[in-house]
Amino acid sequence: MISFSGVAKRYPGGQEALRGVSFAIEAGEFAFIAGHSGAGKSTLLKLIAAIERPSAGAVLVNGQNVGALKRAAVPYLRRNLGLVFQDQKLLYDRSVFDNVLLPLSFGELGSREAARRARAALEKVGLSAREKANPVQLSGGEQQRLAIARAVVNRPALLLADEPTANLDAESAAKILEIFAAFNQVGVTVLVSTHDEALIGRFARKVLRLAHGTLAA
Amino acid sequence: MRGRCCASRTGRWPHERRGGVLIAWLRHHRRALAAALAKFSAQRSAALLNALVIGIALALPAGGYALVSSLRALVGSVPLEPALTVFLRAEAKRADIEALAQRLKSDPRVREATFVPREQALKELQATEGLAEVVAALNRNPLPDAYVVRPRVRESAALEELAGDLRTLPAVGHVQADAAWARRLAALASTARLAIGLLALVLAFGLVAITFNTIRLQIVTQRDEIEISKLVGATDAFIRRPFYYLGALQGLAGGALALLLVWGGLAALDRGVAEVAASYGSSFRLAFLGAGDALAVLAFASALGWFGAWLSVSKYLLEIEPR
Repeated sequence: MISFSGVAKRYPGGQEALRGVSFAIEAGEFAFIAGHSGAGKSTLLKLIAAIERPSAGAVLVNGQNVGALKRAAVPYLRRNLGLVFQDQKLLYDRSVFDNVLLPLSFGELGSREAARRARAALEKVGLSAREKANPVQLSGGEQQRLAIARAVVNRPALLLADEPTANLDAESAAKILEIFAAFNQVGVTVLVSTHDEALIGRFARKVLRLAHGTLAA
Repeated sequence: MRGRCCASRTGRWPHERRGGVLIAWLRHHRRALAAALAKFSAQRSAALLNALVIGIALALPAGGYALVSSLRALVGSVPLEPALTVFLRAEAKRADIEALAQRLKSDPRVREATFVPREQALKELQATEGLAEVVAALNRNPLPDAYVVRPRVRESAALEELAGDLRTLPAVGHVQADAAWARRLAALASTARLAIGLLALVLAFGLVAITFNTIRLQIVTQRDEIEISKLVGATDAFIRRPFYYLGALQGLAGGALALLLVWGGLAALDRGVAEVAASYGSSFRLAFLGAGDALAVLAFASALGWFGAWLSVSKYLLEIEPR
């Protein structure tokens, strides 16, 4: 599903975020990216979603060289990824329901089918009762679940989450991880970055350890 | 549109659908228009103010155009080809008149000379607007016989020379160069039209600049929405579309306001103009822009709005990329 070979990323200004990173994640896997802040976890996820381009090496997602993707093709890549961010990136000028609807608004679904899908996504993360609320009215854990609902509403084959539990208490964090695990159960490949070793310990999965931009064995 | 894409075209993703591309495209346009309308009505006062600025800017050339068109309609009823009217002396001798006819026939500067007997001249005068009453008040025909001369030469100096030569003939009482005033008015109208065209051009730049700025501000306020939309897979075209519609809507509203202003202004002026014209026995009225011209104003304003939005979107939307 995902394969990195000799990937390096240097930001303008010389900062080297990743060096010689190679790994592969099979379809249907659930993997963690662990490491301290600044280890390169976010950069790695951004390379998969074509938010950043690699300075060297190849990033393949579903057999496609993402680093060489044309600008016009990037949106279609992202429609097949679910992205979850530490800061959720929600829109506060619209309801919970409309936030989930956003990724469907430029797809090919009709309004009714789109609404049905959005409701189904909200149900999966346990937010059905809050669909008319504004995201501001939600707790931190609920906001993160809303972000997950938006990420999965397109039924992506791959779910990427960048520190999704960083600002949450242990209970909420565990709940988020359980939701990811549930999606993984139905075949979605899941890749979650975190610095929370306790959390990783509770969910015994494949772990990629990043330190100073390189992958530890 | 998803035409150029690779991921969806290769069919590697299991849940991509191919059908209904056209329907989806139409739906996207409908949604973009709806979104633009919603934005427009959400910022009612600001949007109206912008439309008013555009309307006033467009009302100047549109109103000027309507005025000049009215004037041209008036001038258009007057022959613009140069002509000399040669009035004969009432007491001219038959031999002198025949000599004049011969002279007119042989002069290379004369293309055509038509004899207008005094009875016919009186009839024409009676048919002329505002003069019927005057003619009716006369108890005898005061008009002399005349020749209407259409010269080959057109320059005023040559015309003057011809008129001077004809004046020396014994049968000739008076020579008048017709159509000079009409030609001057027509030239003036052409100049006015050119000036209006230039004004419209300058103000069109203004309109584009106004839209450019409005859309820029709109992009800034929607920065989060644009960034997040890109993150979840919105194409550039999808993100641009509502802004295009917003620019065109603003231009359209401005165009409509311009027409309203022109219509109101002409209606107010027309009463005075009609009174003045009536005092000259003329039924001249100011005409509002024709349906075609009015539609052209609306289309022009919308197109400029669209163009301003395009410029703005091209410049600022690329800068917003998720990080």
